Amino acid sequence: MSDISSILEQQFPEAILAKQPTKDEIPTLWIRPTDIREVLLYLKHRVEQPYRMLYDLTAIDEQARQHRGGQPASRFTVVYVLFSFERNAFLRLKIPLTDEQPAAPSITSIWPSANWYEREVYDMFGVKFEGHPDLRRILMPRTWQGHPLQKCHPARATEMGPFQLPLEKQRREEEALQFRPEEWGLEADVKTENFMFLNLGPQHPGTHGVLRLVLELDGEEIVRIIPDIGFHHRGAEKMAERQSWHTYIPYTDRVEYLGGVMNNFPYVMAVEKLAGIEVPDRVKVIRIMMSELFRISSHLVWYGTFAQDLGMMTPVFLMFNDRERIFDIVAAICGDRMHPNWFRIGGVAQDLPKGWDKLIRDFLDYMPRRLKEYDKMVMRNSLFKRRTIGIGIYDTDEAIEWGVTGPGLRATGFEWDFRKKQPYSGYDQFDFDVPIGKNGDCYDRAIVRVEEIWQSLRIIRQCVDNMPAGPYKSDHPLTTPPLKEYTMQDIETLINHFLGVTWGPVIPPGEAMVGVEATKGHNSYYLISDGNTTSYRTRIRTPSFAHIQFVPMISRGYTIPDLLAILGSVDYVLSDVDR
Amino acid sequence: MNTVIHIIMIILILLVLLTIAAGLIYVERRMLAVWQDRYGPNRTGPFGLLQVLADMVKIFFKEDWIPPFVDKKVFIIAPTIVMMAVLMSFAIIPFTPKIGVVDLNIGVLFFLAMSSMGAYSVVLAGWASNNKYALLGGIRGAAQMISYEVFMGLSLMGVVILAGSFNLRDIVEAQRKIWFFIPQIVGFVIFFLAGLAETHRLPFDIPEAESELIAGYHAEYSGMKFGMFFVGEYLGISLISALVTTLYFGGWLGPHFLPPIVWFLIKMFAFILLFILIRATLPRPRYDQLMSLGWKLLLPLSLLNLLVTGAVVLYGHL
Repeated sequence: MSDISSILEQQFPEAILAKQPTKDEIPTLWIRPTDIREVLLYLKHRVEQPYRMLYDLTAIDEQARQHRGGQPASRFTVVYVLFSFERNAFLRLKIPLTDEQPAAPSITSIWPSANWYEREVYDMFGVKFEGHPDLRRILMPRTWQGHPLQKCHPARATEMGPFQLPLEKQRREEEALQFRPEEWGLEADVKTENFMFLNLGPQHPGTHGVLRLVLELDGEEIVRIIPDIGFHHRGAEKMAERQSWHTYIPYTDRVEYLGGVMNNFPYVMAVEKLAGIEVPDRVKVIRIMMSELFRISSHLVWYGTFAQDLGMMTPVFLMFNDRERIFDIVAAICGDRMHPNWFRIGGVAQDLPKGWDKLIRDFLDYMPRRLKEYDKMVMRNSLFKRRTIGIGIYDTDEAIEWGVTGPGLRATGFEWDFRKKQPYSGYDQFDFDVPIGKNGDCYDRAIVRVEEIWQSLRIIRQCVDNMPAGPYKSDHPLTTPPLKEYTMQDIETLINHFLGVTWGPVIPPGEAMVGVEATKGHNSYYLISDGNTTSYRTRIRTPSFAHIQFVPMISRGYTIPDLLAILGSVDYVLSDVDR
Repeated sequence: MNTVIHIIMIILILLVLLTIAAGLIYVERRMLAVWQDRYGPNRTGPFGLLQVLADMVKIFFKEDWIPPFVDKKVFIIAPTIVMMAVLMSFAIIPFTPKIGVVDLNIGVLFFLAMSSMGAYSVVLAGWASNNKYALLGGIRGAAQMISYEVFMGLSLMGVVILAGSFNLRDIVEAQRKIWFFIPQIVGFVIFFLAGLAETHRLPFDIPEAESELIAGYHAEYSGMKFGMFFVGEYLGISLISALVTTLYFGGWLGPHFLPPIVWFLIKMFAFILLFILIRATLPRPRYDQLMSLGWKLLLPLSLLNLLVTGAVVLYGHL
């Protein structure tokens, strides 16, 4: 297989503006904006071993960046991240936009999944996409002034002046909330047609959070769905630009709030890649163990609530009890339950406490019995099967087209787990299987997740049995907070320690993207350091965002009860969608 | 004199029934908790028994609010229908040879008539609420009613053939030799399923489906009007349990060491607990699945049951 950069250079000698070295070693090419569609079409369809998934699409406001190191001049840079399953490789393409009123060609006709990503870039950066079918704000309220991720947009409430809500403004806000079907791309004329609009959410027990779906119904049959997201948007990416590298870790916990430390994982690994930190083996195994515990906990929440969506009352209580047992262990080790904020740059916060292994061993002995019981109660229940088998089907190609990762992708029969394919943190040292489904329906997605709980138990047992001895933090000056033992010995380390604790570490300039196989799919952090104490740009690519965008495609023609089954089987978290 | 005793008995039965229905709230919450690894209400009074009282006080003193967009008259009438229909049905239940409101010759038919009335409550509430979720709930309620009413009536006819009477007292007396659930096992199962659908209990709580339609037809109701639906549901459970007891499990009949009323109540409560256990166990089918179950399986089955029962009785007489 020849290198993709040289293939592109051969194919499009004019279009390539530059090659940019990055810390994550993902090939990064600058493309002329006018050629980007050509290049993407080529990469998707014509190149050998094509890049079939649009993994991410985002932008960078280059206004305040100091260390650009030979990159082409740009005011706003749009970044396309593609993934090729055949090559098992990412590819990053960037286009420079130099105008103050930036505009890029839309690629929605190449990848329909680009729709929401382009809307997000428009919303956050004000970059217009020519040819986009429905370019409106997606995360921010319609009445919002400015584009939050532009460097000139204030990041703190104190920079924004006092908040006031005079009557006139309140009216304007309320006016903007009115439902006008035509603005949503729906037929306005309800009188002559035999359908009705139903507003499902943002407050609805079946949407598992503040998700709003506008349904166009024919009886109970779904004609069209338009999702409305952004109710859970907290500006996590903007916050990253004002917190220090270290103090941002707690915010990551809350991005996918069921995943706990699993969210710290890609973030700290990306920072470590930028800083060049190698972590000790003990840290790697501890991280894997805690992440897998959280995978079980998250899957238990999914298991219970999915059953509840289908009208089963009991499983959710039993499973939350089991989850509570996991939280007891997590609290004993990390000191907090849902958001332990426990991984650190270059290590973890503390060493494992005395007796940790007994807690986990007890849990490992307890859980299989319960899982078997749940299998009888839920998975083998014939009514449950009747509600889920053959509902919400999609195949592997559709999944890849729409950027679906994780259990949703594996349920289509495609064995793809980033823990196996691109092992990080030493996952290659563990013995576990990747469960897959067959039909890609709700039931298969359930089977895959249940089987993943078993596999996670296997991984955790291997962690307990083979926990390496050694330090719980790396001996690197940028480890935060640094190891304390040397600080009283020489002035250099004392100064480093002092700076690391007061300012936070200064991470060398560079770019790195690291992803993990998170509970819901592939979650990655794309960090750009400008040689400062804060990140210049933090892009959080979350799996749920892509999955929710996909829901309308797989729910068409089903009924409302089926929609709830589909939503349950997709397993998203709204904080993961909106960030 | 007789009339006075009769009136006192009616009032007593009414009071006892309402108390049972209210008490069931507590029983259900506690039993569900037992089956779900949790405590349930255990703070108010001994074992949380006063929770019922607290709930009643709360619900009575809530603001009796009628949303401005509803069809007012229908909105108010709807919850009363379900209460009335169920309470009227209790009139025909013979609790013991002596206790009972009326001794109708057409007892079974009267019950069927009343249970059909109950469905109006759902449909009207859904319509009058002027809310899309409630409307969908009402539509589902109507669809559900059409599917189960037919085989519910047919499933009962086996018992009627065996007893040779529509009168519930006669039906109980006819079970002195053998309780009807043995010869009529198919009819019993079908009637019980229909009863689940009749009371809108899980797995057939399709018109209210909390995870889909939030509360369906009673989404807009609050205060005591909601309470009427609520109590109506528990009364419905008691009614179906009482009917199953009467029709298939020998009513008050039982060994002599316990009085008839105790036998009746024991059997009835066993079925009430079964209702609650089913709620704790099963998921909810889609309503088209319920309809196809009704029309494609249960209806032919109840017809077959009727045919076989008829043939056996006829053959026996020859």
